[in-house]
Amino acid sequence: MKPIEAVNDFVVKFANVNGSGSASANELFAKSILRMGVPVSPRNIFPSNIQGLPTWYEVRVTEAGHLGRRGGVDLMVAMNPQTWDADLAEIEPGGYLFYDSTRPLPAAKFRADISVLGMPLTEICNGTYDDPRQRQLFKNIIYVGALAALLQIDLAVIEALIAEQYKSKPKLLAPNVHALHLGHDYASQSLPAIGLGVRQADAVGGRIFIDGNSAAALGCVYGGASVCAWYPITPSSSLAEAFQKYCQKLRVDPDTGRNRYAIVQAEDEIASIGMVVGAGWNGARAFTATSGPGISLMNEFIGLAYFAEIPVTIIDVQRGGPSTGMPTRTQQSDLLACAHASHGDTKHVLLLPEDPHECFEFAATALDLADRLQTPVFLMTDLDIGMNQRLCAPFAWDDARRYDRGKVMTAEELDAGKDFGRYKDVDGDGIPWRTLPATHPTRGSYFTRGTSRDAYARYSERGPDYVYNMQRLLQKFDTARSLVPAPILRAAPRPTPHGAIFFGSTSPAMAEAIDALQADGIALDTLRVRAYPFPDAVRDFIAAHERVFIVEQNRDGQLRSLIVDAFGIDPAKLVPVLHYDGTPITARFIAGAIGKHAGAYGVTALHAGRVA
Amino acid sequence: MTYIAKPKLHHPTLACNAIGYTRRDYEGKVSTLCAGCGHDSISAAIIQACWELDIEPHRVAKLSGIGCSSKTPDYFLGQSHGFNTVHGRMPSVLTGANLANRTLLYLGVSGDGDSASIGLGQFAHVMRRGVDMTYIVENNGVYGLTKGQFSATADPGSVSKKGVTNTDSPLDMVGMALMLGASFVARGFSGDKRQLVPLIKAAIAHKGAAFIDVISPCVAFNNHAGSTKSYEYVREHNEAVNRLDIMPARTEITVDYADGDTIEVEQHDGSVLRLHKLHTDYDAHDRVGAMNYLQAHQAKGEVVTGLLYVDPEARDLHAHLDTVDAPFNTLGERELCPGAAVLEKINKGLR
Repeated sequence: MKPIEAVNDFVVKFANVNGSGSASANELFAKSILRMGVPVSPRNIFPSNIQGLPTWYEVRVTEAGHLGRRGGVDLMVAMNPQTWDADLAEIEPGGYLFYDSTRPLPAAKFRADISVLGMPLTEICNGTYDDPRQRQLFKNIIYVGALAALLQIDLAVIEALIAEQYKSKPKLLAPNVHALHLGHDYASQSLPAIGLGVRQADAVGGRIFIDGNSAAALGCVYGGASVCAWYPITPSSSLAEAFQKYCQKLRVDPDTGRNRYAIVQAEDEIASIGMVVGAGWNGARAFTATSGPGISLMNEFIGLAYFAEIPVTIIDVQRGGPSTGMPTRTQQSDLLACAHASHGDTKHVLLLPEDPHECFEFAATALDLADRLQTPVFLMTDLDIGMNQRLCAPFAWDDARRYDRGKVMTAEELDAGKDFGRYKDVDGDGIPWRTLPATHPTRGSYFTRGTSRDAYARYSERGPDYVYNMQRLLQKFDTARSLVPAPILRAAPRPTPHGAIFFGSTSPAMAEAIDALQADGIALDTLRVRAYPFPDAVRDFIAAHERVFIVEQNRDGQLRSLIVDAFGIDPAKLVPVLHYDGTPITARFIAGAIGKHAGAYGVTALHAGRVA
Repeated sequence: MTYIAKPKLHHPTLACNAIGYTRRDYEGKVSTLCAGCGHDSISAAIIQACWELDIEPHRVAKLSGIGCSSKTPDYFLGQSHGFNTVHGRMPSVLTGANLANRTLLYLGVSGDGDSASIGLGQFAHVMRRGVDMTYIVENNGVYGLTKGQFSATADPGSVSKKGVTNTDSPLDMVGMALMLGASFVARGFSGDKRQLVPLIKAAIAHKGAAFIDVISPCVAFNNHAGSTKSYEYVREHNEAVNRLDIMPARTEITVDYADGDTIEVEQHDGSVLRLHKLHTDYDAHDRVGAMNYLQAHQAKGEVVTGLLYVDPEARDLHAHLDTVDAPFNTLGERELCPGAAVLEKINKGLR
């Protein structure tokens, strides 16, 4: 088998043991390639455990800029004997295996169609370091040095990154650089050259490299959230922690040194959403970040906020469900649970960002929409966007932008004799006016409750009063349709009867799959939906095609169900393409599935499923 | 809950307080609770306390959970915003509301079902966080609104109207509040307005988590012989440790109350609590002593009432979080948004 030869276009996967300190070394590897102007797309694949279980870090090196997972591995850095067989099996024919050869393995442990690169890492560490923890940690840096030699990564770039990393701990700088050179020197002298390589390029441009949770947290800072109440849950915890970090830097009153924010780690998810409801009721912008099980717990309060019409922003970083499901794996399976959260008839606004750039933008949008619509707004991300660093367009903010605080009636307006009926639809958009507590000594106070009431907030169990409010809430939801981010259409180069709809983190894999299908003669128009309620463009897109593939990462086709329900579309027209094993969807999977379906509909693919 | 508003006609000679409001200005809608319900007496005491303290009614935010007691905020302070939240989870909503605007007075009204059963978790955490509020539990030992089931404060051995005997041990809300770190802990009795009104006034003046457990007999389901939450029982077994006056900051109210031993406790807002000791060995500054006293008297079947503990130096949640004085709900883009130039720097750091 001919060894794979590829420059700036391959996949490296690190197989490690959770808790062995490999994360920062692996990230260093990915960033060094990025600094050489070559886009990378890294992904953490980790267990729900602190120490001992297998963990992986997959880096796709891609000058073409494909940021989805490709599938397959060209170079496996196999540092975990526990997963040896599975790791070996993932290597592409002609690929490479790098392993710790302190105790050399017999030929039977390898595959004939791959190249094996053995390096006695443990032996080198034991000969250099006395301290067991140092032996463990520097082993990781040593293999980064070795890979730098094998892949021709500029050592100076890595040294600069190490210098940045240890700016505040200069004592650690020299030992890390030393370990890096140990690895580099050994590989240069004792390992054969391989067919993979990184060359300086100019394909990164002005893009930034950040994870979605940090981006959403920053969006909350910019969007004016002053109260954050949260309860730790993977994969959303780092969002609240990032909010804390940004607030400490950006939200301190320069004159007094005191905080213009409050962050409460609540006793549970119920209390966290309760605090957000209280703050929203009292006119501060507030949010919580959680994941599926948290959403389940919050349901009663979400219903209260919907019915009592209180601004609430909920960030749901989705993971594998149901129940505890796969806490550290990704899915898009909370869509229905959020769209209809709580008992009774509810419909909630969902925002669906594709990458950290949109996480930032949509977080600020969510805070605006919650105030404008006086209702819960869900920002739906997932572990794949939330916890993995991704290349994306830099953040942007217009200083002329003003927060949309919605319809809040002031004391002056009440004095001027404006009729105040808390639940009265005076503007025809379904959105009533509200007053904040203590607005006026004698006017505008009202009683907020989850029980039925009339347009003036007076307790009422009269059927017509209840129906009036429920209809108005529908009207409000319809108003939301024109306020949420519009879907993005990407037309095929030639007219086609086939379309595909997708959303969120599926985006980069989808883009690559469409290109691959195109190369195979299958043309597809695509529509990326960015919010629910769906703007009319979604219905028009479906009407304009004979058949539409709905690509999503859950078992039951939840986006498809929402679309069918929203527009009364014949489900047979919408073909589900579903991926839900907990790993991020790959371009290979999408192109393969659509190619297969397309074949069944009489479309002949030239090489269905060929990707990258 | 009612939609019957009280007529707004005031007698022209009704007395006004220092800010020109009559007592009627502190009332709410007509109560729909049973005639004789202890909760209505508590509403009346709240009205009296706020009127006497010269509080602008609209500066109070009144929050409750679900249940008979939680309906009551509709029956007082009609000019203030009320919020009937979900069962047992009022404390978190009150916490969020308080974070949004620290300048209002927060009044949490709850019941023993709401706070001691479903809401025990949130009750515990709102106390330990030191949220600045007055938290009143209207404690009748029974679920009234669902017609007579036991709450977690029900007496062991008591028999419900359906004939079920309670075999669980009761929770003591006062003992828990002391243990959880509440900085003002009191117990009152709905039938003793002379004691209850000053307790509510002192709780409102207190900067921190103030808790009052008010025994409030349920005339429909728990006012029978053998109940420790009946009018008769509490009247007979009331063990008041002190009586109280309060002189709020910025007013000149003085009350001469010659009654045995008297101590004054200055709150950090300048208000003065004047405690008239009925039991000279009782020290309301001693948290552990209060717990012991309570337990010892409870074992004798006595209901200890009065101000049981106060920490005049209490710090509230805003102090813990070191937040700015300005209410968060008044902060705008200038205070909250770091701006495009800062964002550009952040972008640079991410390359």
